[in-house]
Amino acid sequence: MSGIGAALLNSLDIGLLLFIIAVGLNIVFGVLNIINFAHGALYMLGAYLAFTLINLVGMPFWAALLLAPIGVAILAVIIDRVLLRFIYSRDVADSLLLTFAILLIINESIRTIWGSGIQVVQPPQLLSGSVQLLGSSVSTYSLFVIVIGLLLLAGLWYLFNRTRVGRIMRAAALDRDMAEALCINTRMVVTGVFAFGAWLAAVGGVVAAPMRALDPGMGDKIIIESFIVVVIGGLGSFPGALLGAIVLGLIHGFGGRYLPEVNLLLPFLGMALVLLFKPNGILGKGATA
Amino acid sequence: MKTKILMGLMAVVIAGLIAVPWIASYFYIFILTEILILGLFAASFNLIFGYTGMLSFGHAAFFGIGSYATALVLIHLEWPFLACLLVSMGASALLALVIGFLSVRLNEVYFAMLTLAFGMMVFAIAYQWRSVTNGSDGLAGFTLGSFGLGLDLTLGNPAVYYHVVLAIVAIAAVVLYLICRSSFGMILRAIRQNPERVSFAGLNVRTYRLVAFVIAGTFAGLAGGLIAPFLRVASPELLHWSMSAEPVLMAILGGTGYFLGPFVGSAVFVLLETWITSFTESWMLVLGIILAMMVIFFRKGLLGTALDWWLEVKK
Repeated sequence: MSGIGAALLNSLDIGLLLFIIAVGLNIVFGVLNIINFAHGALYMLGAYLAFTLINLVGMPFWAALLLAPIGVAILAVIIDRVLLRFIYSRDVADSLLLTFAILLIINESIRTIWGSGIQVVQPPQLLSGSVQLLGSSVSTYSLFVIVIGLLLLAGLWYLFNRTRVGRIMRAAALDRDMAEALCINTRMVVTGVFAFGAWLAAVGGVVAAPMRALDPGMGDKIIIESFIVVVIGGLGSFPGALLGAIVLGLIHGFGGRYLPEVNLLLPFLGMALVLLFKPNGILGKGATA
Repeated sequence: MKTKILMGLMAVVIAGLIAVPWIASYFYIFILTEILILGLFAASFNLIFGYTGMLSFGHAAFFGIGSYATALVLIHLEWPFLACLLVSMGASALLALVIGFLSVRLNEVYFAMLTLAFGMMVFAIAYQWRSVTNGSDGLAGFTLGSFGLGLDLTLGNPAVYYHVVLAIVAIAAVVLYLICRSSFGMILRAIRQNPERVSFAGLNVRTYRLVAFVIAGTFAGLAGGLIAPFLRVASPELLHWSMSAEPVLMAILGGTGYFLGPFVGSAVFVLLETWITSFTESWMLVLGIILAMMVIFFRKGLLGTALDWWLEVKK
């Protein structure tokens, strides 16, 4: 019984972390209609910025959690204004290719600046202990990740359903020309949404930094996980990102514990099954050709 | 007139390629062998990308499976090289049928993500199934025996191996070219431009996309079969998605709208890599900047841009 409780909590913290990252990918796709291949690289940049602020500058973890994502969001505004603006009117394939180029540039820059070795960020004093829960010992940091994930979930729900900004974003996602006709500055919405997506990726990166070791391959790993999440949940769907993330979290949490020989394979198997029976994702909005 | 000039140019290039071992050092023979194999890999990819309009990020799965198949057959069965290549093509065709069946039904964004994920699944299997694939070290220590067909060739000699690769890649390229020029190839191009219209014309778009996917996978498997003896190892890196990105980059670099584009892209890619890595570690950084520039400003690729310019000047 205690094993199941621990696996469940483990699934939840992995799942909610994945949700933070994948929901950014989904929002960017929903409004901008581009798949941001560099999303994982932005996540990694958030983690490395946090590492620099905490270990090299000596800031507390909380300051890094606030500042690193803002830095990544500013970079995203630059990327949008300098590069992406050329391809918004083109095929989706072009946006995949261009963001892939951005991924190569960010990955290699990180390798050059921070080296290809492994870096470690310590969790803050307050969260470095562990507590007894559901009959097993759980690190406080895992609970913190779950709380952050739930807070962001509630915040995003509120943003999209109860605020004017959220309504503008949804309007731009539904019909950009119509939104423009209603005097909404869609150029600004596009840049803002891209920066917001990057901000979410970077928050994920900072939160993940004390849980996982930092290395220049971490962005590539997370982008594939995020793709699996959105394929399972449904591309462009906000609840889909949550569902997909929880499903993948459960696969990791339980698969890692009970089926270690095939744990690398299980996520893909889950994805293939979803595709066979629900090709649009469980909650997707029309994806077939 | 212009076609004649181009044909003459092609003949000169082919004659030059055949003559290379007598005029150049081993260093250039190795580089050219790599260019030819990766060129075939990129050309097979371009059948689905440039012609059919499907951006796959998992093409290395077929390339890698091809190399593992050849390595496994050489280690355990010691068959002639030609038979190994046929096994490679068969194995990758089968894999392409399975992945393609699940993937081609979806539109381009989903398709790109799915092929990426399935490619990584194959990578994960090769990485974890140690008893067969030897895990992260990959399969090494195999030696090439005879070629097959009763031909007496010393495949261990790089110059001989280069000629074998040149002949096989040339034959494969001609077959691919004929496929692209056939009515089947025309339908693929029509699908890229307007899938709805093609299906209104009574053709099953999904079947055509699947067949194109399998053909592309088969030729990628052939390229994989050729690369294993060249590298002397079949390792999981050949299956990793960064390997899948290479044909994408080569096709874009050379020009996706032209049959020879991927070969030009492969040549530029390998030469640039060799040149840039000789003085900096950050080859991928340079590559990213080049790719961004190509996508934004030169979407037709080097070959396309050069041809446009040439046709404009010589009018």
